[in-house]
Amino acid sequence: MTYRHDPYDPKQAAMLDPAALDDAVAAADKAFADANDLDALAVQKAAHLGDRSAVSLARREIGALPPAAKSEAGKRVNEARTAIQAAYDARHVILEAEQAQRVLETEAVDVTLPWDRRPRGARHPLTTLMERVGDLFIGMGYEIAEGPEVELEWANFDALNISPDHPARGLMDTFWVKAAESATGATESGLVLRTHTSPVQARTMLTHQPPIYVVVPGRVYRTDELDATHAPVFHQVEGLVVDKGITMAHLKGTLDHFARAMFGPDARTRWRPHYFPFTEPSAEFDVWFAEHRDGPRWVEWGGCGMVNPNVLRACGIDPEVYSGFAFGMGIERTLMFRNGLSDMREMIEGDVRFTRAFGMEVH
Amino acid sequence: MKVGLSWLREHVELPADLTEADLDLALNDLGIEVEEIADQRHSVQGALVVGKVLTVEELTEFKKPIRFCTVDVGQANGTGAPQEIVCGARNFVEGDRVVVILPGGVLPGGFAIGARKTYGRNSHGMICSAAELGLSGDHDGIIVLPESVTAQPGDDARPVVGLDDIEVHVTVTPDRGYQMSVRGLARELGHSFKARFTDPGLAPAPGGTAAPAWPVTIQDTQGCDRFAARLVRGIDPTAPTPDWMAKRLLTAGVRTLGLAIDITNYVMLELGQPMHAFDADRITGGLVVRRATEGEKLTTLDGQARVLSAEDMVICDDTGPISLAAVMGGQTSEVVDGTTNVLFEAAHWDPTMVGRTARRHKLFSEAAKRWERGVDRQLCLVAIERAVQLLVEHGGGTAGAEILDLNHPGDPTMISMAATEPSRLIGVDYSVDRIGDLLTEVGCDVAVYDDRVDVITPSWRPDLRQPADLVEEVVRLDGFENVPSVLPVAPPGNGLTASQRRKRSVGRALAEQGYVEVLSFPFVSAGALAALGLPTDAVRLANPLSDEEPLMRTSLLPPLLTALKRNVGRGQRDVALFEQGLVFLPDLSAGVPPVMGVAGRPDPALWEKANASVPAQPWHVAVVLAGEFERSGWWGPGRAASWSDAVQAAREVLSAAAVPDASISVAAVQQSPWHPGRCAAISVDGVVVGHAGELHPAVCTALDLPKRTCAMELNLDAVPLPGPTPPPVFSTFPPALIDVALVLASEVPAAQVEAALTEGAGPLLESVRLFDVYTSEQLGAGQRSLAYKLTFRAPDRTLTVEEAVAARDAAVAVTAQRFGAVLRGA
Repeated sequence: MTYRHDPYDPKQAAMLDPAALDDAVAAADKAFADANDLDALAVQKAAHLGDRSAVSLARREIGALPPAAKSEAGKRVNEARTAIQAAYDARHVILEAEQAQRVLETEAVDVTLPWDRRPRGARHPLTTLMERVGDLFIGMGYEIAEGPEVELEWANFDALNISPDHPARGLMDTFWVKAAESATGATESGLVLRTHTSPVQARTMLTHQPPIYVVVPGRVYRTDELDATHAPVFHQVEGLVVDKGITMAHLKGTLDHFARAMFGPDARTRWRPHYFPFTEPSAEFDVWFAEHRDGPRWVEWGGCGMVNPNVLRACGIDPEVYSGFAFGMGIERTLMFRNGLSDMREMIEGDVRFTRAFGMEVH
Repeated sequence: MKVGLSWLREHVELPADLTEADLDLALNDLGIEVEEIADQRHSVQGALVVGKVLTVEELTEFKKPIRFCTVDVGQANGTGAPQEIVCGARNFVEGDRVVVILPGGVLPGGFAIGARKTYGRNSHGMICSAAELGLSGDHDGIIVLPESVTAQPGDDARPVVGLDDIEVHVTVTPDRGYQMSVRGLARELGHSFKARFTDPGLAPAPGGTAAPAWPVTIQDTQGCDRFAARLVRGIDPTAPTPDWMAKRLLTAGVRTLGLAIDITNYVMLELGQPMHAFDADRITGGLVVRRATEGEKLTTLDGQARVLSAEDMVICDDTGPISLAAVMGGQTSEVVDGTTNVLFEAAHWDPTMVGRTARRHKLFSEAAKRWERGVDRQLCLVAIERAVQLLVEHGGGTAGAEILDLNHPGDPTMISMAATEPSRLIGVDYSVDRIGDLLTEVGCDVAVYDDRVDVITPSWRPDLRQPADLVEEVVRLDGFENVPSVLPVAPPGNGLTASQRRKRSVGRALAEQGYVEVLSFPFVSAGALAALGLPTDAVRLANPLSDEEPLMRTSLLPPLLTALKRNVGRGQRDVALFEQGLVFLPDLSAGVPPVMGVAGRPDPALWEKANASVPAQPWHVAVVLAGEFERSGWWGPGRAASWSDAVQAAREVLSAAAVPDASISVAAVQQSPWHPGRCAAISVDGVVVGHAGELHPAVCTALDLPKRTCAMELNLDAVPLPGPTPPPVFSTFPPALIDVALVLASEVPAAQVEAALTEGAGPLLESVRLFDVYTSEQLGAGQRSLAYKLTFRAPDRTLTVEEAVAARDAAVAVTAQRFGAVLRGA
C-alpha cells in the first residue's frame, strides 16, 4: 500500500528482489481479504494487479537485468503475479456470491400473502358425474344418445309399452304440456316433459339398426315437490343394448362393472324382481357400497330389465332375432350416497359454495 | 296392503320360527316391496299383564279427578301383593279387569315406565289405554277387558289385546293385482318357503241357479263380463262385526262400517274380489248394468254428487243409477243401520274402464286399485259364498236359495313358448322340465314338450300375455342370484360426438375463467320473462308445480339470475355463474302430433310429422356476473365485472367451440334485457348466435339484482361445428412493428376501425392489436384516439422499413377514407 502513488523509477530494481515480491503477494492477499465488497475489491485489484502495482513495476525492471538473470527474475515475477491473481479471483467469487445473496435477501417477499384475485370457477358435480358415467361406457364401446326434454307422449309412454290406460302412467307423475290454443281445438298437446330418459331408447331404435350400445344421461321431470330427497327436475342415466344373443347375464355383468367403477372394487349388485312396462323380466337393483358414510351397506340404485318385445316391435326391431337390456338410475341419488350428501336441494339452489367444493371433477 | 301374518298363516304353512328378517328377504326376492314389518309382540317391552282392580280411591284435591288404585296382578310383580297405581282415567270400576304395564316396561315411542311418586302417592306402573299400546285410538279411557276374556290377573296381556301378530305392510307392483290380497301374498310366500298353500280362491261354492237371486240384465258385456249376486234375508241389524274381523280390517287400514259392509271389505282383502252390499229393500225393481249416459248424475257413498261420462259403467234400478260400477256404490241403495235384507254383488269389470272411471272421478278406491291391476274373474261365486256364510254366521238371517251368475267368459290365455326362450333371454340353461315345474308352481296349466311349453295362464294372472312374461316368472322363482355376471363386448364405438365434446369444452373453459356452474329448474313465470323484456310466448304446462311458474324457459337467464340473487342474498358479493342446457321455443303454428300405433315402426312420414310438433329445444350457454370480477386486495384495487367480461365470456365459449377468431364478429345492438348502449351481438360467420353486455338498469331494479349485473347468452346449437383445423402458416423472418394512433369520431366502433386497418394493410399484416383508447379536451368533443400496434411480416424475406411504412400508410388511408381518421402526431 505504501508504493501505490510512487512514480515509476527504473532504479527501483529492488522490486525484483524475492523478498519484495513476497511482500507484494502478502500485501495483496491482505488487501483482498480486507475488501468487503466488490467495489472495494475493484480498487485493490487496480492497486495490486494494475499497471502501477508492485508486480507490474517489477516486470518492467526485468529488461534492465543482465540476460542471465532475466529468466530467473521473470519466473519470480510471474509466480508472484499468478498468486496475486488467484487471491483476487478467490476473493471475487466469494464477494460476488455475497452480493447475489444480498440481492436475493432484499427481494424476499411474504409468500403467505393470500392471492385470490380471480376466484376459482367450478363445474357442477352432476355434470361431471354424468360425464364420468359417459366416459366409462364410451370406453366400453357405447355411444351417448340424446333427446328432447319436451317429448312426444308417444315416445315417453306408448312406444315403451305404457298404453294410455296403463296404471303406470298415473304413477309417473307427469308434467303435461298445455295444448296451444289452436284452430283444431285440440285439448291435449300430445307432449309431456319426459318422465324418464327412456324415450331416447325409442328414438335411438327408430334411427339406428342393431347392434345398439348407448347410454343416455339427461334431465327428467316428475311432479314431485322439492324436498331433501325429491325434486321435480332431476337427472338419470340410462343404458340400452340391443344385439343378437343379449341376455340378463350380460345386464348383470354390465351393472357389476358399472358399480365397481363408481363405488370401488368391492361393489356388486343385488337384484329384486320389479315391474317396468318397458322391460320384461324387470328388476330393481341395490349396490353394495363399502364407503357409505353410515357404514357398508346395500343401497337402492336403479331399475333394469330385458327390453320388452312390445317395445322392440314398436320401434321396428324383430324381437325373435334381437334381444336387449336396459337399465337406469338417478344421478342425484348416486351422487348423494356416493359423496355422502343428505339434501338434494343443495344441488339445485346454485350456491357457489356447494359447487366450488367439487372443483372441476367429482371425486 | 297391510295384513297380519296370522291371517297369511291361515292359508300357507309358513315355518313356525319365521323371523322378520326371513320374511323381509323373501318378500323382496319375490318383488314385493316391504314398507314395514312390525312385530307387535315387541312393540311393548317388559311385563304387560292382565290386572284386576281391587280398590279405587278418588283423589279430589287436584285440578282433574285422579284415582289411586290397587290392582291384583297375580305373581307378575314377584310378590303377589296388590300393585299400587295412580290412574287418570275414570271408565272402570272395582272388579274390572284391565291391562297393566309394570315398572321396567317400555311403551311404544320409547316411553319407559318406572315406580314414581305422583299426585302425592306412589305409583308402580300404569293402567294402559289402547292408544298407549299403539292400538287404535278410537276409545277414550283405559282398556276394560270384556267378560268373554278368560285371562286371569298376571297373565300376559298381549294376546288378549291383539299385540300378538306381525304386521306386514307391502306395496305391490302395478302388474300384480293378485298380490293385493291375503290369497295372493300367501301364494307368493308359499313359493319362497316351499310351503303348502291352500288356495281360498278354490274353496267350494255352489254354482248359479236357474232362478235369479235378483232380476239383473247386463247391457254391456264388454264393460262387465260377469255378475253374481245372492240375497241374505232377515239379518239382525244390530249384530256387531266380530272382534277378529274388526281387528284385521283395522290392521289393513279399513274403517269398520257395519257387519255387511265389513264383510265385503274382509272378503276383498282375503280373496282380492271387490264386492258390494245393497240393501235389497232400497232397490226399486230389477238391476240393469250398462254404460252411463253422458251427464247422468249419481251421489256416491262418499257424499259426492258426480256427473257421469258415457264411458262409465253403472248399475241401475228403476230409479236410475244406484252404483258407479266397480268404483263406489251410491247412497240411495247402500246398507244402512236398519238394513235386514242384504244383496251381495260380486262382478267382473273391464280394467281399462275402471281405470278411466277412477281417473276421471279421481276416485282411487281400494276396489278401483284392484280392478285396474286385474282381478281373477273366477272368484265371483267363491266370494259370494264366503260373504254369505260370514253374514249368516255373524248376523243371523237366511241365505237365499237362488244364486245369480251371469257369465260371459272369454277364451283363456294360451301361450306357447320355445323351450329355449328363458335361456335365450336370461343366460341360464334352464331345462324344459324345470321351466314346466316353475310355471306350474305359479299356477299355470303347463304342457311340456321337448322344444316348447304350452301354457294356459291362471285366471288370476291377466298380466301373463307373452313368452317374456313367462320368462320373468321362471327367473323370479329360480332366483336372480343364479344369473351369472357376464360383461358383453360391444362393437367398437365412435366416442363422443363433436357436439358432445364441445359442450364439455365450453363448460371447462367457463369454469377455468372463474364461472361456477348452476343447474337450475327451467320453470319460469310470465312475469319473469316480461321483466327481462322477453316475449311471454312459451311452452306452457297444463299442471305446473307452481301456478306462478307455468312456463318453460325460453332463455337461460331468468333462472340463472335467480341463482345469482340467491348467492348475493347469502352474502356472496362477487358472483360469476354459468349454465348450459336446453331452452324451449314455442311454435304456435305446430299442430298436435298425429296418432301413432305401437304394432310396428311408425310410418316415417308420420314420425316426421310428430317430431315437427315438438318445440325446438336448442342448447344454450349463459353467464351472469356481478360484483368484482377481479377482486381488490393487498395487491391493489380490483376490477368490477363489466360488459367486457360478458363479451369475453362469449369469446371464451366460441374459442372452446373451436371457432376461429376471424369468424367471430361483435356489433353494438339494442336488445332486451341488456343496457341499450352496452349490448353486443356476437356473430359467427355473420350469423348472430347470442348477446352479451351489461343488463338494463331497469331490469336490475325490477329483479332486485346488484347494480351493473352483466350477462351473456349464446345458442351453442347455432354455432357451426368446426371442420378440421387448417395447417398453421407462420413466417420465421423478423417482424416489423409499427404503432399508429388514429383520431376519429368516438361513435365509430373499434371493431370497424380494426377491420378497415386489416383490409388496408394487406397481406403483410400479421396482427393488429388495440392497446390504448384515449380522449381529451385537446382531441375535441366527440373524438377519441385509438392506438394500434401493427405487426407486419413477410413469409419469404425480411421486410424493409419502406415496405412496412407503405403497408401502414395503406392501412391508415382506409380508415381516413372510411371514417375521416387522422394519424395522431402526423
